[in-house]
Order: sequence, then C-alpha cells, then structure tokens
Amino acid sequence: MTSTPTVPADADPDRPERGDHPGDHPGHHPPSTGPRFDGHRGRWVGASVPRHEDPRLLTGRGRFVDDIALSGMLHAGFVRATVAHARLTGIDLTATREVEGVVAAYDAADLALGDIVAILDRPAEEFTPTAMPILAKDKVRFVGEPVALVVARDPYAVEDGIEAAQVSYDVLDAVTGEESALASDAPRVHDEAPDNVLLDVSMFDTPGVDEAFADAAVTVDVVTRSGRQNALPLETRGVVAAWDARDDQLHVATTTQVPHQVRTVLARCLDVPERTVRVTVPDMGGGFGQKCVVGREEIAAAAAAKRLDRPVKWIEDRREALTAGFLAREQRYRTRAAFDADGQITALDVDIVCDMGAYSCYPFTAGIEPLMASAEMPSVYRVPAYRVRGRALTSNKAPTAPYRGVSRPQYVVAIERVMERAARELGLDPVEVRRRNVITQFPYTGVNGVTYDPGTYRESLDLAEATMRDEGWYEERDRAAAQGRHLGIGYCCFSERTGYGSEAFAKRRMTVVPGFDISEIRMDTSGAVVVTSGTMNHGQSHETTFAQIVADRLGIDVGLVKLRQGDTERISYGWGTFASRSVTIGGSAVALASERLGELLCRIAAHLLETRPENVALDGDGGVVQLDDPTRRLSFTDIADVAHLRAHLLPKDVDPTLTATASFDVPGDGTFSNATHAVVVEADPGTGQVRILRYACVEDCGVVVHPQVVDGQCRGGIAQGIAGALFEEVTYDSHGEPSAASFIDYLVPTASEIPDVSIAHLETPCAFTANGAKGAGEGGTIGAPAAVLNAVNDALRDTGVELDSTPIHPWTVLAALEGTP
Amino acid sequence: MTDPHLLSLTVNGAEHEVVVEPRRTLADVLRHDLRLTGTHVGCEHGVCGACTVLLDDAPVRACLVFAVQAEGSEVRTVESLAGPDGGLSDLQQAFTDHHALQCGFCTPGFLLLAEGVLAEQPDASREEVREALSANLCRCTGYQTIVDAVCATARARQEAR
Ligand code: FES
Ligand code: FES
Repeated sequence: MTSTPTVPADADPDRPERGDHPGDHPGHHPPSTGPRFDGHRGRWVGASVPRHEDPRLLTGRGRFVDDIALSGMLHAGFVRATVAHARLTGIDLTATREVEGVVAAYDAADLALGDIVAILDRPAEEFTPTAMPILAKDKVRFVGEPVALVVARDPYAVEDGIEAAQVSYDVLDAVTGEESALASDAPRVHDEAPDNVLLDVSMFDTPGVDEAFADAAVTVDVVTRSGRQNALPLETRGVVAAWDARDDQLHVATTTQVPHQVRTVLARCLDVPERTVRVTVPDMGGGFGQKCVVGREEIAAAAAAKRLDRPVKWIEDRREALTAGFLAREQRYRTRAAFDADGQITALDVDIVCDMGAYSCYPFTAGIEPLMASAEMPSVYRVPAYRVRGRALTSNKAPTAPYRGVSRPQYVVAIERVMERAARELGLDPVEVRRRNVITQFPYTGVNGVTYDPGTYRESLDLAEATMRDEGWYEERDRAAAQGRHLGIGYCCFSERTGYGSEAFAKRRMTVVPGFDISEIRMDTSGAVVVTSGTMNHGQSHETTFAQIVADRLGIDVGLVKLRQGDTERISYGWGTFASRSVTIGGSAVALASERLGELLCRIAAHLLETRPENVALDGDGGVVQLDDPTRRLSFTDIADVAHLRAHLLPKDVDPTLTATASFDVPGDGTFSNATHAVVVEADPGTGQVRILRYACVEDCGVVVHPQVVDGQCRGGIAQGIAGALFEEVTYDSHGEPSAASFIDYLVPTASEIPDVSIAHLETPCAFTANGAKGAGEGGTIGAPAAVLNAVNDALRDTGVELDSTPIHPWTVLAALEGTP
Repeated sequence: MTDPHLLSLTVNGAEHEVVVEPRRTLADVLRHDLRLTGTHVGCEHGVCGACTVLLDDAPVRACLVFAVQAEGSEVRTVESLAGPDGGLSDLQQAFTDHHALQCGFCTPGFLLLAEGVLAEQPDASREEVREALSANLCRCTGYQTIVDAVCATARARQEAR
C-alpha cells in the first residue's frame, strides 16, 4: 500500500511546489475511514503469531554457546574441591602442566583476580558482607568449589590435566544445615560471620500481634520446609572468551540472563576499564534464575583468554551443574497465625531461615530470599498485624541463586498451609477460609506497606473451585474414599509482584539496584526496524512478543521488526531478565521508544506535507496520513528515504536518521499478577507415589501479549513447581558431600509425570505498563508446590498426618497410609 | 588407547571421513568435527536425550555412542529434517504451531525421538506418545505441547496414508 518515493531530488523543503510533493498523488492510498489508528490496540498484541525464534531452533541453526568455535580455541576446565570445608594447604599443578595437550594451569595466586562482592546497605547487625573469590584462595567452602583452572587443546586433555592436579587440604567440620550452622560450637564458614548468619532482619513488628494471639479463637503453628533444588536449565552454563586486539577488547560470549552485570563484574575483577569488555549472549537453553547472577567460571575463563591471547571455551558438564552450579530453595518457615471465630486471620508471626550455601550471589546478595519473603509473606490475604524475622545462613553447600519464583513458592506454601490448618481447626471448608481473608478491594495497602494494584484474587479462587465442582471432582473424591482410595483436592491462591522497579529494589537496600530498562529503535531506508532491549531472552519469546508491541505502536507488519539484545556494545546498560520483568519493564521501554519513533515520523511527514504536526497521524498501515485530507499520505519508506538519503529536506530541528530511545522504570511497588491453582491427586498405597489426575490454573497476568507464550510460561512453570513438590532435591551428608551428581540421582520429571494443565485467563490490565501487561514468567512455579501439597494432605485426610514439606517423598506418604484405619 | 582411527560414516546422506580417538563420542564428532551443531548435549550420560539422532533409522543417544561404533552407518540429525523445499517438515511445523519449544535446546532431540516413534508406532495413542516421549527431558514446556505436536503429526500422517 505504500507509494514509491516521490520526493523530488531538488525539492526545497521551505518552498515546495504543491504538485510535486510526496503524498500529493491521489489514488495511492484510500482515504482512511473508521476510527483513528491506536497503537495500544493494534492487530498483533493478543494474537499467537508464529514465533520468530522457531525456524532457526527447529532446524538446528540456533547458535548456543557450545556451538561457537573460534580458530585456535583452547578448552578450559576446573580442578574442584573434593571436600566441603577445608583450609587449602597446597595446590600443585606441576603434573597437570606436563600433561600432553595442556597449555596452562592456574590457581588463584596465578590469576590474581579481584573477588565478587555483593553487599547491602544495612548495618553490621543485619548484614555481613563476604567475598566470593574467582578461584578458592585460603579455604574451600563446598564440594565442587573451583580451585584451579586447566586450559588445554581439547576437552579430553583438560580432563587428564584436572586428574593430574594435586590439592591438599586441612579438613574442617562442615556446616550442612540450620542446626549445624546455628550450634554454639559451629565451625565458621566465613570468619567474618562467626555465627554463620549473613543476614538477620526483623522487617516488621506491627502493633497488636501479641494481643491478637491472646484473643484468638484459633491459632495454628506450622513448620514448612523446602528441599534444595537445581533450577536446571537444560543447557548448562558456558563461555567462549577471546581477546580482540583490533577492538582492544575482551569479547565474552556467555550464558547469562544479565550481560551488563557480567561486564561490570568482569571488568572489576580484571581491574580494567569496562569499555575493554564486551559481553554477548548467544541463544540460551533456559536459565530460570540460575543464570541471573554472575558466576566465577566465566570470569576465570575470560581471564585465561586474555592472558594467553587465545580464545578459551568452558562448558559446564552436568556433574558440575548439579553439584557446583548455583542451587536454590532450601528454606524453613515457622509460621504462627491467629484467627478469630469467623475464620478471619488477625495476626501472623513468622520466622524464616534460608540456607544460602557458601557464598552471597551478585548482585542480589544472600539477603534476597529472606528479604523477599519478609516483605511479601502476607500474600493475598488481609493480615492486620504482622511480625517477621528473616535470616540467611551460610553453609558448606554450593551457593544459591534466585530461582524462578524466588522465596514465593516457599512463603506461599507456608501461608497456604496456615489456611488449610485453620480451616480444619475451625471446621470450615479451606476455600471458604481463603474467601473470608482474600483481598478484594484495590488498590490495597497491606500491613507490609506494599500497595497491591488491582487483581482477581477472589474471582480466580471462585473460578478454580467452580471448575473442580463442575467437573465432578468432589463426587469423585467421595467415591474414591468409599472404595478405600486416597484422592484429594488442593488449592493455592497467590499473587506475584512482577517487574520490580528501582524503587521496589531500593527498599531492599541493595547497593546495586536493578530496576529500569532501556530500548533504542531504528528504522532503515527500507522501513524495517531494529529495536534493542536490555532484557535477555532465554526461552520467553522476546523476539516475537516485543516485535508485536513495536509493530502495533507503529502500525507495521510484525515481520519488519527485529529485536536485538544480549550485546553490551549495542545496549548501553540493562538489567537483563529475571523477576518476570521483561514484558512489564523491557516491553514498556520498547513501546515508549516505538511511540517516540512514531512521533518523529509524524514530525517529518508534517513538514514534508506542509501541514501542522497536529494534522498528521500514523495510519496503522506503515504510513503517516494528513488528517484533514486523507488522500495525502507518506509511507514510512518515503519518510525514511528523506531521513537518510536526502537529509537536506528534513525540518531544520530534526536530526538525520530515524532513531529513538526510551527508558522505563516501574513506579512504586510494581504490579501484581495473580492466580489460583487447583489440583486433584491420588496417593498410591502400594508405592507411596502421588499421581496428579487433574491440574487447573486460573491466572491473571493483565493483558496477554501472546496467548500461546503465556500458556507456555504457565505450563513450564507448573512443571518446575511439581518437580519441587514431588521429585527433586539435592541432599548432603554430614560431611557436606552432595548426593546427586547425575540425572540418575537427581530426578527430573518427564512427560509421564507432568500432567496436562488447563489454563483459564482473567484479565486485569496493569495501569502503567505497555499494553497493560503484567509479568507471567514465574507464577506457575510459585503456585504448584502449595497446591500439590494441599491436595496430598486432602488425600491423606483420614490418616491424621499433616505433610508440610517438599518434596513429598513416597516413604512419607507410605508411612502416613500405614497408619490409615 | 588413544590411537587415532580413520572413521567413515554417512551423515544426512553425505559421506564423511574423520580421524578420531577411540574415546570420541558420536555427539562430539557430529558437533565439533562435522560442525553439525544442531545436535545438543545436555548431560553426556544418556538421560536427557538432547543428543538424540537417528542411527540407521533408530533413535540413539549420540553421547553414549562412540563414533567408531557408527562406522559404516547412516546417521540423521536435525539438520536433515527440513522439507524438500527447504521449509519446515510437517513435524517441525507442528512444533511451532503448538508452541512445543521455548528455549529450543531440547528440541532437536525431541524431533528425532519423535521421528523414531512415529516410524515405529504410526498409530500410537496419546498415552503411548507421551510414554515414548518421556525418554527425553525438557525443562521449559511442561511437555504438554510437545505431546500435542507429535500427536497432531501422527494424525496428519495417518490421514495422508
Ligand atoms: S546428552 Fe546424551 S542423553 Fe543427555
Ligand atoms: S524448550 Fe527449553 S528445554 Fe525444552
């Protein structure tokens, strides 16, 4: 529908001849009728358009980090600690260096790199800063900690070199859990933290807690625990680093959700200007939070590449990923709650302990889990009085990173178990107890000082319950009981803050405060658009969903939009992808940049059409139209032609080329997605195994940009939540030796264990993000553990057993069933 | 034990000769010697299935097969699946239609596994498909849409028979 460019080569923009002016050719474009184009309500957002990522990934043409091969490339691997806690008394790499094919071997002293240090702006009694060296220096603190780096001509020689290394230890007792960490004679993981506590914050103690317990009709007291889990991206971590003499720059291609933070930390560890480091991110096979912190291995490999002036590749193997990669989730809550006779909660008193492992992660610190839980523990309920203490412990286990959902799967388990326990005490239906407590008036400012924007907490709960009733699951549950079978129905109602802005993160008192994101958009002479974002896709379909947002704002075909991310040279700074921030923050920045480009196109068009700027608008079909005379129109290619190739025709105050930039930050407390999950399970009295018969999710993430993608995020998240509820756990023996070093011992659920999930959408648009979208990345993982746990308890309701911890092992179920009358 | 061996094998219809150490896996030969990087490696111990390829038409885990064991065999990898016009095959199209991939790391393995399953059990029920696909791991999708895509392809192929 666009015209051929018709701007005359010699036209003088100040005195154009009317007949020669572009857009003055009747007939190229039909006069527009109907409503004005509105980029907020375009044709792409809301449609499941084919994913831009798919063709390359389906044909084996994706480029993941291990697919990169550079000429002269060397391979790296790590000599890792074989004991959990010890003083290093000697590292001898002589034999390693003699292995055929080994090029170099380094220990911490050889590389002399700075440490990774993540700190909070909190007083010493609340937070203890600790450092994570790139290679262990004086001590090792967990089995698998990197002690030395071996670089060789191929990965097989690397393994031989690692085997030849001699490391001697003066072994110390290991701290392997809450009890051993807090014992009065506990060994110290870090000398700086004599009590093994890295964070101890009592965030709230609002008036009336003790009175509420004194006056309570019912009180419940429940201890919930969650096992240590691995986020387990199917692609392990990896890096290819190479010194580029021409750019005077170390180019580091790595699997990270936060490329700019890797650049910052790498430059500091190497003590070089940040300009001399370029971080790029190839296709990435999942991350789920494990890759949103800065790891040590990529820095060591990059340092070796610089020193050797040869490309160096390190690819984590699965054993390393399971034992020495960042783990997650191990937490214990003691939750006391007071209820009045009507079943209304009157107070909450919580003690939270998170086992963060050997080190504090960058940039979040070891405080992330207890601080998140303390801030948001009241969940979707109206809690009038609240007391909480949150602690982060250090132990001789692999360090942790914030895994999909962060503390929410755990505090949601705690509060949802409280609701179930209270229902039993009060003789009420558990859904009814939730209904009496759930927030229904928005915006709602809670006892925790957080303001919740509108959502469908009550509606999602009602719809989930109606689904179970309409499908006859309550009758089925009774029938099963009559036959001596153990079938149960469980619910979980929750919300999830998505898109934390700088203000929300600053409340945590981080010294490195994530929040904003940025975007730059450029249109070329063909009318095609390249847009950048500081977010970092690793499966979430940003190339597609961001293109939908841009295409709508500009009124162009979605195929004309190419997203670029994951390159610190192209994007000045960004905060990557975590905390369901991409569509809320990154998507909003992209939308804003697109609008600015639209304004620029209109300004140039008005000048070329010789009319007032208010008299033109985007036409929704790749052009700008004159409002009082729709026969006069310029296509974007007409305008782009002028902006690049005949800039002398531009208005005097407009710079050549078509570029716009924008940033976006979420104001205040952010936006909350919400959902209710309903699950039917059957417990097998023979094996103790729990089978999921039905899984229904009712969710509200505001306006859905791409329905298939949102459903995919829900289902994938739920699968990971079920994995944590029923299967996966990394355990350690009393010496700190991890139990699971392969997929034989770490049980990842397959298609046989993960059920089909139905998803119903409610839609409460967010008032301040692009298109009204809220985040959708983590909700599934948050809701599943509590819903499954509640369903299993319902199935075991006649046994008198209450299960409050995950994963639910078959033997705990068997023990419960053995007691069944 | 590290004496190099001259290996010849056919990959996606083309004959190749590679000098390999006996301990070199088929996955490494495909990925690093032949630069067919569509075959992925997720565990190197035979559980995740990301490295699944067809060896003489049967799905195998390329991380568990030594390259020398593939001597004289015909190997098919994801790079060979595209339709005759270079476009997506029916199975690949079904994967994109059903959003059966997110990060795409497991996808080549699932595609080859599914081709093996569809060839062996062309009339498989949804439950049989699910059972067969539980040989591989996906961490992103929750599997439902992968099962959907394979079942849809099975139906379409049945109708075309
Ligand atoms: S890489 Fe071969 S099965 Fe996992
Ligand atoms: S799509 Fe990511 S592992 Fe399957």
